[in-house]
Amino acid sequence: MIKTIEVDKLTKKFGSFTAVDNISFSVSSGEILGLLGANGAGKTTTIKMLCGLLAPTSGKIKVAGYNAYLQAEQIRTRIGYMSQKFSLYNDLTVWENIHFFGGVYGLWGKQLKLRAEALIDDFEMRPFMNLTVQSLPPGWRQRIALAVSLVHNPPIILLDEPTSGVDPIARRMFWETIHQISANGTTALVTTHYIDEAEYCNNVLVMVDGKLVAAGQPNELKSLYNSTTMDDVFLSLARNENTKI
Amino acid sequence: MIVGRNMFFNFVTKEFKHIFRDVRTLLLVLVMPIIQLLIFGFVISADIKNASFAVLDYSHDVQSNKLVQRLTASGYFKLMGYLKNENDIEKAFRNGDAKLVLIIGEDLATKLERERSAYYQIITDASDPNTASILAGYAQSVIYAFVAENYSSYLRLMPVEIESRMLYNEEMSSAFMFVPGTMVLILMLVTAMMTSISITREKEMGTMEVLLISPLKPWHIVLGKVLPYIGIAFTNVLVIIFMGYTVFHLPLRGNLLLLLALCSLFIILALSLGIFISTVASSQALAMFMSMFALMLPTILLSGFIFPIENMPKVLQWLSLIMPPRWFLSALKTIMIKGQGLMYTINEVLVMLGMAIMFIILSIKKFKVRLE
Repeated sequence: MIKTIEVDKLTKKFGSFTAVDNISFSVSSGEILGLLGANGAGKTTTIKMLCGLLAPTSGKIKVAGYNAYLQAEQIRTRIGYMSQKFSLYNDLTVWENIHFFGGVYGLWGKQLKLRAEALIDDFEMRPFMNLTVQSLPPGWRQRIALAVSLVHNPPIILLDEPTSGVDPIARRMFWETIHQISANGTTALVTTHYIDEAEYCNNVLVMVDGKLVAAGQPNELKSLYNSTTMDDVFLSLARNENTKI
Repeated sequence: MIVGRNMFFNFVTKEFKHIFRDVRTLLLVLVMPIIQLLIFGFVISADIKNASFAVLDYSHDVQSNKLVQRLTASGYFKLMGYLKNENDIEKAFRNGDAKLVLIIGEDLATKLERERSAYYQIITDASDPNTASILAGYAQSVIYAFVAENYSSYLRLMPVEIESRMLYNEEMSSAFMFVPGTMVLILMLVTAMMTSISITREKEMGTMEVLLISPLKPWHIVLGKVLPYIGIAFTNVLVIIFMGYTVFHLPLRGNLLLLLALCSLFIILALSLGIFISTVASSQALAMFMSMFALMLPTILLSGFIFPIENMPKVLQWLSLIMPPRWFLSALKTIMIKGQGLMYTINEVLVMLGMAIMFIILSIKKFKVRLE
């Protein structure tokens, strides 16, 4: 398996506060990696460093074989990113959003039109492609944001809390879509604070207070911690960390 | 690179969609300037007509009646009535019945003819000092004209004739003050405030992060965002000059190209200020607040738009030196109203150029720091 993301001893400090504390992991192509943790555990900081939006304090990051931050240019066209904040233009229609972000990635003319049409069909957005984003329910907006992050066919997608604020049925649909995308060989790194969503991932990382406290397949982790659900695994991990302090 | 140009065009198109789809923004940037100009032009006019006045007449003769009639006929004043004694003066001012009281001494006609001098007094309500001094001036000149007409043949009242001329604005039209002033105000609002808000909006919505990790360069993003506002600001300049010329009869004495070039320079300066604010402010509300207090109030108070800089305390005069609108307003008046060329505004142009470069450098630095 080719490693598409490699993170080695990554640390990020904001002043005296350590947001990410010496974490290492790797992701293979076509893998869905879930980055789990409570709010403030360091998930977003990690993903921002992978995108090149934040410079690491120490450690190495390789994305698609390039050094993040130093070779950000090469990485940019190879990753799709969904920000934790909602990242579409509310006053533009679905079609216009896809078109605009396609243009941002250098697509234009016939090529852009074909790609936009394909996304509209893949994500079943045709009935409301000419409606403004603000008029659609939150679950659909997240799906559109995902479609937009795929507009340039990136081999890697980094999704920061894509399912927060979305109802359970829409969350399930969303994960099904992520599985379809990864079946085509796309690597997905997804952060979430819904622990049950770990079941949808091939591998999970659990972060507590900036540290990586567990890593592995969901089933492995469950048997390791004698639990029936990932929720129990997470609770025992979080308790351990707290008793240490 | 064709793709690069397309990316850029794509960005500008999107920005125009934002502006044209939001009715409030559209009203703010295109309709409000016209309304503001009309308001300044017709409502806050410094030209006074029909100010109420009262008379305390101790002579009650033919000449004093004529004098009062003369004042009433001037168009500046409207007679509210005669007062009985000095105690009524205060009452008339307090009730707001009169803005000006004229006291005519005893035996006006006789004294003028025999003694060649007469006693009169003008009292004004100086709770509004500007209006008061203008009214006193008007009344004074009407009285001088009246005396000169009736007695000049055998009364050498004015051995030296003083004739003052108001150069560049002979009719004392207030349009000369508010048209350039409104232009500064609107350019500040449309460019500096709107760009700072529109850039911080992307930060607030999270779209800025997505743009920053895209292949677009930061300067692509910033230029793409400000270009539509340059277009709108320039449209406003043309509309204001045109309306100033047709509606308010403001002459265009200077070179039109030079004038437009000067406006473009100020637009760039205001934009760089707006971009700088957007790098400092984290939210739209904060950007709006900063624009209001850092830009709009100083523009109105310290630029010389309404209050003359020469009359300010020294500290405020120094403070006005760092206000971009002050320099633009001064250059604007020199070119528009005095009809001078570039050489006479070179100081202003250099200062504005320097300020623009400074804000751009500061913004670039700040932008990079933010990404660390």
